[in-house]
Amino acid sequence: MDAIVAQLQRQYRDYTISLYQQGILDDQFTELKKMQDDGSDFVAEVLSLFFEDCVRLIGNMARALDQTGTVDFSIVGASVHQLKGSSSSVGAKRVKGLCVTFKEFCDTQNYEGCVRCLQQVDIEYKTLKTKLQDMFNLEKQIVQAGGKVPQVDIN
Amino acid sequence: MTREIVNEIPNLAESMLTALVVDDDFVNQSIHHKILDRLGIKNDVVSNGKEAVDVHCSGRNYDLILMDMDMPVVNGIQATKKLREMGIESKIAGVTTRANEVEKKEFMEAGLNEFQEKPLTISKLLSILHKLDFYAKTSAGLFNQRWDKANCPKVRVDPDNLIH
Repeated sequence: MDAIVAQLQRQYRDYTISLYQQGILDDQFTELKKMQDDGSDFVAEVLSLFFEDCVRLIGNMARALDQTGTVDFSIVGASVHQLKGSSSSVGAKRVKGLCVTFKEFCDTQNYEGCVRCLQQVDIEYKTLKTKLQDMFNLEKQIVQAGGKVPQVDIN
Repeated sequence: MTREIVNEIPNLAESMLTALVVDDDFVNQSIHHKILDRLGIKNDVVSNGKEAVDVHCSGRNYDLILMDMDMPVVNGIQATKKLREMGIESKIAGVTTRANEVEKKEFMEAGLNEFQEKPLTISKLLSILHKLDFYAKTSAGLFNQRWDKANCPKVRVDPDNLIH
């Protein structure tokens, strides 16, 4: 049993580190984990709220960009600003980075740039969601095997 | 510059501090509420500046208000001005992603006591509490003891470079 736990913990550690190394997560995600009490699902709950934000805001952006006639870039920009804020708050580094670029395209009213960013942001948040789900599953497996989820030192 | 991580989270429950979180985003509401909870600070959450004003009109009062800037209905600048006009003397810390000097100045001039860039972390909130002298209200030496134990002399708390 100990060998299984140790293997799972190694897997978890390697997987988590890879998410930081790929630039998918940043230090703010580490900060969220520090806020979590033992045994609580705080991080998962906050990420769930974040993904709900993504669905809502990306929907707003898509609708605003879908206007036949004049696109109101300030409406798109307002949703991008919100998504940038919440992605920054959860450590979703790539999503945040895309939002920075997206906002610049909104400010310069670059339609093609906005549409490209919208597609990329949609892909990126879904990728993050899948990867975090895998990470949370590994945590569950460790706990079910009788082990403790290790604190991963990123630095 | 490497960021040093705080291993122990101080418990300020004995200080009986209360706080109000004012933010329209559920992610930030959740995070700010959690950080305050973890520090033992009882707190309420509202979603915009109007609700922040209304809650004070209903007679509630708080030691600390964490005020977002961009909110619908009534934004953080307007709410801060209104609360000060009402004579509310709570410490108000502006917490926002907007960090350019012009916007920061406008927010500060509305009546803030302190300003911190989002995203908020435990360290950043401790820095706010320290700058606003709230940590002095904890039980005798509690906060200082933890810092002394962690080999930290009387240095100013820097949210990005906490020494332990």
